[in-house]
Amino acid sequence: MKKIKENIFSYYLTFVSILIVVLFLSILITLVYQSFPSIKQFGMDFYTKDVWNPVSQEFGSLSFLVGTLITSLLAILIAIPFSIMISIFLGEYFKEGIFSNILKSMVELLAGIPSIVYGIWGLFVFVPFFRGIQMYLVQNEIMNIHPFGRGIFTASIILTVMIIPYAASIGRDVISMVPNDLKEAGYSLGGTRFEVIKKIILPYCKSGIIAGILLALGRALGETMAVTMVIGNRNVLPKTIMDPSSTLASVLANEFGEATNLLHLSSLVHLGLVLFLTTAIVNIAGKAIINRGFRSG
Amino acid sequence: MESSVLKVENFFANYGEGDIVKDINVEFERNKVHAIMGPSGCGKTTFMRCINRMHELTPNSTVKGKIMLNNEDIYKMNPIDLRRKIGMVFQKANPFPTMSIYDNVISGYLLNGIKLSKNEKDQIVEESLKNAALWEEAKDILHRKGTFLSGGQQQRLCIARGLAMKPDILLLDEPTSALDPRATSKIEKLMVELRERVTIILVTHNIGQAARVSNYTAFIYLGELIEYGATDKLFTVPKDKRTEEYLTGKFG
Repeated sequence: MKKIKENIFSYYLTFVSILIVVLFLSILITLVYQSFPSIKQFGMDFYTKDVWNPVSQEFGSLSFLVGTLITSLLAILIAIPFSIMISIFLGEYFKEGIFSNILKSMVELLAGIPSIVYGIWGLFVFVPFFRGIQMYLVQNEIMNIHPFGRGIFTASIILTVMIIPYAASIGRDVISMVPNDLKEAGYSLGGTRFEVIKKIILPYCKSGIIAGILLALGRALGETMAVTMVIGNRNVLPKTIMDPSSTLASVLANEFGEATNLLHLSSLVHLGLVLFLTTAIVNIAGKAIINRGFRSG
Repeated sequence: MESSVLKVENFFANYGEGDIVKDINVEFERNKVHAIMGPSGCGKTTFMRCINRMHELTPNSTVKGKIMLNNEDIYKMNPIDLRRKIGMVFQKANPFPTMSIYDNVISGYLLNGIKLSKNEKDQIVEESLKNAALWEEAKDILHRKGTFLSGGQQQRLCIARGLAMKPDILLLDEPTSALDPRATSKIEKLMVELRERVTIILVTHNIGQAARVSNYTAFIYLGELIEYGATDKLFTVPKDKRTEEYLTGKFG
């Protein structure tokens, strides 16, 4: 009897685990299958042309690829210094105490806010704010842009706020795991706190911090709602970071409900496939770096 | 003692509750090996960490009394400067895993942002590794990570790292407690050789080790300095009954 129970349990576990693999593969297969008409029609042109015209049935995703990469990379660049500082603060400087606990839970809460809330906040706070800045730039003839307020930069700032919690909490974890005896060795050699952080703790945590940043990048690449609300949704290759643009995810969100003909639909799925693969690669890279870091460290 | 390098006067230390180190008065002589022995939890490590003010890294630690390094009160010095003058080797070998053997040796300089020419670096690395009896084993693998070495070698690398800063005093906190007998005997031999260059203060709970390597021995029990004197005398004719009992294994 016991043996049977044991077997049922183990079959059940195996079944559930296999289910995950099946799910993952079926999403991938669906995406590839559905985007087949678009792949066949456009081939490499899909990635190198920036025309996206449902009327004339021409679809090239270059401007969305560029929009996605620029918003995400910009967001990561702005997020890196902030998240490293927060990680050091929470992981080394103030590990305990009321303030550190409050800050820690706030960082975690930030990660849990639904992205539409970020979108609304961006729409009502950041868009007018950046419109003001852009008006100033235009009036003083510093930049020749249309002062929409919405655009790549606005989206990047919203994304920055959204991804800092991810990078910061992974960074905090790896920094707080630095063995005490290494820090003591640093202090015993006459290192100051800053020197120990810079020369011992950060090098030791390098791979963990990079992994956290990569995972945050994965999130930024795929973020849809908040970005769609503030990026301006323009299907043209952006010229400056103040221009309105689109990302892979925002085009999907905007057009999927209205796409009626096969090629349009298939091209949208094709965008989804690109997004799926990009985020998968970034995530796998992040995880691989974490694993490697822990083996050697 | 006319050649005393470190003088401790009426020294107390605690971590918030109850004194762990009580009223210690002792002088350490230049270029000699001093062993501090005593049972676990007697306060010997705490006392040692007060000498380079490492205890200050623990919250709520307070001290009373004086420790004079070359007639200068260490509690009036900048702890950063003090720790450059007093090196430390820990129980568990802790070379920096992100640094090569070479960089580990000069890590004190790297940490403190002291610029050295390539020649100076090479010289310091070679000299320190030779003094730590690691040069022959490490000279061809200087670029390898410090953690590539065996446990005993890692501990000698840590000694080299301490010596590289040319300290007045080297503190050794049970440096062989995690090592096998062969690695231990190498380090003990090294300590005897090193006393020509540096004053050594060795915390150990290994009575035999204290007897083998030290010139002077202090016996601490329950935070108090029970007895201090030349090692051969203290081991053969201890003045205090508790010292005798500890040496004969009645407690500890």
